[in-house]
Amino acid sequence: MNRFVTSWVSAALWLAIGIVLLFGLPVMLDDYTLIQVTIYAVMSILGVSLAFIWGFGGILCFGQTAFFGLGAYTYAIAVLNMGESTLPFFLAIGVPALFAALLGYVIFYGRLSDVYMGVITLTVTLILFNLVNSTAGPQWKIGVAPLGGFNGIPGIPTLNVPGNADDVLSPKGLFDVTFVCLLLVYGALRVLIGSKVGHVIIAAKENEQRALLLGYDVRAYKLFAFTVGGAIAGLPGCLFANRGAFTNPTIFGLAQSAQIIIWVIVGGLGTLVGPIIGCVAIEWLTTAIGTQQTFNSNLMLGAILVVFVLVVPRGIVPSLGSLGEWLYRQLAHKRMPAPAPAATPVLPRRP
Amino acid sequence: MTPILETRNLNVRFGGVHATRDVNFSLAEAELRCVIGPNGAGKSTFFKLLTGQVKPTSGQILFRGRDISNMQPHEPGRLGIGIKTQVPSLFNGLSVWENVWLSARRSNSTEQADRITRETLERVGMLSLRDATTGLLAHGMRQWVEIGMVTAADPPLILLDEPAAGMSDAEVARTAELILEINRRHALVVVEHDMNFIRIIAKKVSVLHQGTILMEGTPDRIMSDPLIQQIYLGKKPH
Repeated sequence: MNRFVTSWVSAALWLAIGIVLLFGLPVMLDDYTLIQVTIYAVMSILGVSLAFIWGFGGILCFGQTAFFGLGAYTYAIAVLNMGESTLPFFLAIGVPALFAALLGYVIFYGRLSDVYMGVITLTVTLILFNLVNSTAGPQWKIGVAPLGGFNGIPGIPTLNVPGNADDVLSPKGLFDVTFVCLLLVYGALRVLIGSKVGHVIIAAKENEQRALLLGYDVRAYKLFAFTVGGAIAGLPGCLFANRGAFTNPTIFGLAQSAQIIIWVIVGGLGTLVGPIIGCVAIEWLTTAIGTQQTFNSNLMLGAILVVFVLVVPRGIVPSLGSLGEWLYRQLAHKRMPAPAPAATPVLPRRP
Repeated sequence: MTPILETRNLNVRFGGVHATRDVNFSLAEAELRCVIGPNGAGKSTFFKLLTGQVKPTSGQILFRGRDISNMQPHEPGRLGIGIKTQVPSLFNGLSVWENVWLSARRSNSTEQADRITRETLERVGMLSLRDATTGLLAHGMRQWVEIGMVTAADPPLILLDEPAAGMSDAEVARTAELILEINRRHALVVVEHDMNFIRIIAKKVSVLHQGTILMEGTPDRIMSDPLIQQIYLGKKPH
């Protein structure tokens, strides 16, 4: 079962489920719920970005929201200046990627330890939060786009059909774009993980010293993974800014940073689907708890995290995988001898 | 003929500790050399210097005449120096196949890496356990996986740090055979404590003591030397 979880078959299965949802959900759901699901899909892309760099690259980044926020602000500023959204969409991916590359170069080529990695990424996020927060006033603007300080940027034009600024996407269109982006990100990352580069990224997480001794320049591979993670985190930033045609500095905030880590822990570190499930579950729960007054929602989320860390430390998807494997062995026990212990299936099997 | 490996007045200090002192070492192409010495003699530090994990304070390391003294940690491996460390250094969460494949794939295509991995696992007798998690294997098997991983990259020079440590007698005999087979294609430097094992595999031995090379010679000559018996085996000279 574990082997199945990371096999090409499972990737195809998840993508097939995604395609069914892409076409099925708009038919099944009302507009309000579809908008909610769009937000879940946006946040899932953010969760997948951390799932990749942390779960497969071993890089625990406390500042994934820095790239998320940069994506949102880049899109907002660019689209307000340009009017048409195609180039701003790609800039919202490219600028965070460039920022991640520069930050990653300092971290990895400076051979900073994991502790400093966490401190630096967290600090950069807080710096960006305070920087953007202090841009209130009419003098703070880029082109025609006011930065707005703590009030943020309102009136951000919605994504339009490429080349036609007047043909903006409907909520259904935004759902389609967001869901396709999620599927593309998932598929692209599965291909990357199955490639030589992906293998080395995982190997360096397992044993960096051994990867170096084999002749792999681990710094370059980590920098690449970190940059990819930054680019992916910028994409939901752009989509998030489209949600309410608005963005503000809270998307750089600590609460958001912590939440992404919780999604990954709950869903399962070392998988891409797990954090999507974790994200949807937590976001749905947050919304549900927020509608009642009996319990404090933050307190309940904290309690859920504690329960997960203590009871299901590996997260939902790996635990379900192990449960399935155990059931399979129980069923097969009478028919065949116990197999040799199978490797943690982080790499696709070779012939 | 240019030696495959040469060190000239190699020194390294860790604070007040002079771990390697003026080491002058030379290894010919296709030679197998054993390095012995008591604990703390500087054997592992010597290997770390050769593989770029530690930078020398002074002196030179030449690999086929090229100075590699101040290279980045990944560069000696890329040039063709492979190492099996004292405690097996593997990708514990990955399978036996994946461990060896990652080594073979660095400078080969996927198809070639698949072929090399299969051949290597057959040679070290681990093909039947190709899908086993490396971290769950017994110590001797982990040693073989690491030897397979190192040889899969086909480096001209291989450093083996205590390849027979913690093995049963049968495993030691098989490891000795394996090393002699590897030596047909690769130059080897082997750090080992087991004198019987050294007698089987080595023609020449270097003795490292207090960070410097004390003596070099055949295994029999080294083991019969009173000074070596005193400092290495703890025997007093007659």
